[in-house]
Amino acid sequence: MTDARMGPTTSVPPGTSVPPGTPTAAGTAWHGAASRLRAERLRVGYGQSDDILHDVDVAVPEGELTVIVGPNACGKSTLLKALARMLAARQGQVLLDGQPIGTLAPKAVARRLGLLPQGPTAPDGITVSDLVARGRYPHQNLLRQWSARDEQAVVEALLAANVADLADRNVDELSGGQRQRVWIAMALAQETQLLLLDEPTTYLDIAHQVEVLSLTRRLHRSGRTVVLVLHELHLAFRYATHLIVMREGRIVAEGRPEEIVTADLIERVYDLPCRVVPDPVTGRPLVLPLDQDAAWVAGRP
Amino acid sequence: MSVASVPDRDVLARGVAASLRRRHTTVRLGRTGIRFATRAAQVNAALVAAAVVAAVVGIMIGDYGIGLDQVGASILGVADDQLAQYFVREVRLPRAVCALLVGAALGMSGAIFQTVSGNPLGSPDIIGFTTGAATGALVQIILLDGGTLAVAIAALLGGLVTAAIVYGLSWRAGVAGFRLVLVGIGVGAALGAVNALLVVKASLEAAQTAAQWLAGSLNATLWPEARAVAIALAVLTPVAIGCSRALAQLPLGDETATGLGVRVERSRLVLVLVGVGLMGVATASTGPIAFVALAAPHLVRRLARTPGTGLIGSALMGAVLVLVSDIVARRLFAPTELAVGVITGSLGGLYLIWLLAIERKRL
Repeated sequence: MTDARMGPTTSVPPGTSVPPGTPTAAGTAWHGAASRLRAERLRVGYGQSDDILHDVDVAVPEGELTVIVGPNACGKSTLLKALARMLAARQGQVLLDGQPIGTLAPKAVARRLGLLPQGPTAPDGITVSDLVARGRYPHQNLLRQWSARDEQAVVEALLAANVADLADRNVDELSGGQRQRVWIAMALAQETQLLLLDEPTTYLDIAHQVEVLSLTRRLHRSGRTVVLVLHELHLAFRYATHLIVMREGRIVAEGRPEEIVTADLIERVYDLPCRVVPDPVTGRPLVLPLDQDAAWVAGRP
Repeated sequence: MSVASVPDRDVLARGVAASLRRRHTTVRLGRTGIRFATRAAQVNAALVAAAVVAAVVGIMIGDYGIGLDQVGASILGVADDQLAQYFVREVRLPRAVCALLVGAALGMSGAIFQTVSGNPLGSPDIIGFTTGAATGALVQIILLDGGTLAVAIAALLGGLVTAAIVYGLSWRAGVAGFRLVLVGIGVGAALGAVNALLVVKASLEAAQTAAQWLAGSLNATLWPEARAVAIALAVLTPVAIGCSRALAQLPLGDETATGLGVRVERSRLVLVLVGVGLMGVATASTGPIAFVALAAPHLVRRLARTPGTGLIGSALMGAVLVLVSDIVARRLFAPTELAVGVITGSLGGLYLIWLLAIERKRL
């Protein structure tokens, strides 16, 4: 794990962009931390609506497990989608290895950057191994439909996501947690160093949430750069090595959770009075909301 | 950092690899490798056999029965029986070839539209394209008094224009399958009313021609029709096959497919154009043959038990459906020949209902 110095700065300092035409040069946007994926003055919106993201500058730090948090409709999923070229920028750009992501061949991007969208749909009646094999698409073409390398990558992905024993099962029959691990296995079969997951724990109970997040931590520890969008703050702070806090389409704070999370920050971002205490298990920040109407608010410091 | 211990991991890995190989066959040649689901390939082989048998039987039987030996000799042009040779080479063979090609075109078109729209009802006869082709043909037959070729061209144009309208109306930052189907049904209903109005306004003679065309029949197909469909298939099939891998990824949803490197909107547009072309050419040469585009992909999907819809399987199933239906149409009330569209509707419909009923019991 890299241990770059990170402070709670809100944006990338200007003048650190990588000159175009240097495909292998990693960005150096984040206080010396290397970054392959970054956004510059990114402005994004849907259809005729107002901008969802307002001139966001962000660099995904290399080798970190980055978690994006923020209130509903703050633009965290939109940022992830824009980074994964699902949404076109109205202004600004997303750079992958220093090149505008829209100018790269779609399959070439898919060999470097994997995305698992929120609530993906599986084709009816597909088996786990067949679905995971779909992840090999960017490495294949009409004449090279299946190689020994493909088989090896699918087997490894199934093992890494702990779903090898489900290989022959129908995806429809699985539990929510199993299904989510199967989807992560599909993204793993893509063999990308960058992995973006949009709310992978939605609709899962706490045990399955922990199961999915400990899998993402294993992936991060095995050398991948992982970006997650999460709703649950206690899980975000527990698993993130790098935290991005958003509100109303802007990044409010960035850095290690234990360094940037304060009661003041949470109150500013969520409009929620709270107390932040160290998590008795991990020592990471733990947010305890303060209900205005409750009697124990009297004990607020 | 695997959870499983090392020997367990190897056992699991071998098991997974075996399961990947069990249901698939890979044919390798140097760096190339073609992979297909084994059962789907078996189903396709069976369909090829069925198509050959149906074609031969279709050539043999008729008011003038022809033996198997004479069929072979006639095709080679060395038959003793000159009348048999004439029937085989000039009447029944072109008709069988045309049935095969039109069925293949309809089946492939149906597979494309059902996958692109992500909806089992998204077949060209449901979403108005076939009705639009009929509108084009009826305008030519009734208002302009055009000949066979003019009618075929008008039908093709009608189908293309309708497709453009439906696609344009359902476009909103990309085409969602559900909207495509709903808009298509709406446009189809409106065009159906136009068609009915055209027939009502027509002279008796033109109305009769129109009714014949609308029933969809192979009764008048000879080599020129077969040739036209063959050329269209020769051009469009490679394009469809070229897009088939992207097509197979579309059911994963736009975002996942894009994440895997599929050019979703572009593939969808090319595939829709190919699908409209296939449907248009088939309809132009025979009139609308009901139900094949809808039923063929469903049937082959259930037989092959694959999650996606194979283009080749659907084409073969379409060919078999039209061939068999045409034999029934010719012989059921012989010597009166029915329109093949009447039979495909009832035969394909009954088979699909039966399959769905069985499926339901199993669940």
